[in-house]
Amino acid sequence: MSEMPAFLEYTLIFTFVVVALSQIMAMIRLVIGPDTGDRILALDTMVVNAIGLIVLLGIAQGIQIYFEVSLIIAMLGFVSTVAYARFVLRGDIIE
Amino acid sequence: MMETIGPALVAICLLIGAIFTLVAGIGLLKLNDSMTRLHAPTKVGTVGVGAMLLASMIHSFVLGHESYHELLIMAFLFVTAPISANFIAKVQLHKRNCDAPPLPPRDDTWSTYDVPEFDRHHEELEEFSEPKAN
Repeated sequence: MSEMPAFLEYTLIFTFVVVALSQIMAMIRLVIGPDTGDRILALDTMVVNAIGLIVLLGIAQGIQIYFEVSLIIAMLGFVSTVAYARFVLRGDIIE
Repeated sequence: MMETIGPALVAICLLIGAIFTLVAGIGLLKLNDSMTRLHAPTKVGTVGVGAMLLASMIHSFVLGHESYHELLIMAFLFVTAPISANFIAKVQLHKRNCDAPPLPPRDDTWSTYDVPEFDRHHEELEEFSEPKAN
């Protein structure tokens, strides 16, 4: 952490903990989810939370490289959610 | 000006994002109906990550190297979140996990439940050929 005010460091640590908690909750829903739709929704939420964690890492280290990583994860997450839903709906992804 | 007020703005955006993300996680875990659970992460979680991206953008201004890249991720997330939510809602409808919607006023059925002409022909053929097989 490079020349950051103390209150910003504490806020950053709090945000890390909260997003990790949300990720764990989504993981629990992924395991106990009673149906396929809940599991797809939990995976989608985990992708969005992972983007948040990577952005937080970029803020903490003051590096710009993490932008590309989060953009690619956002695109892959959307495509995988649509692919899962389409597989459940039609029994096939590309017809 | 930016050196004094910038870190405070970053901290406020981070706090907003953290609270929204926590609410999304609690909603996903604690709500007791699959259609109700759909509401929590798809809307609240997107706003939470959007606030974190805003914080990242302000932080880059504070550090001195300006970047508007985060707007791209924000726009992409805000466009794709309703589409994936719509797909998941369709999955719930087809799995009959929720109350069926009331029938439409004019047509026979909703277009989501409608079977295309080609598949309907095949279903009739299968029904027709079943007694023969037995």
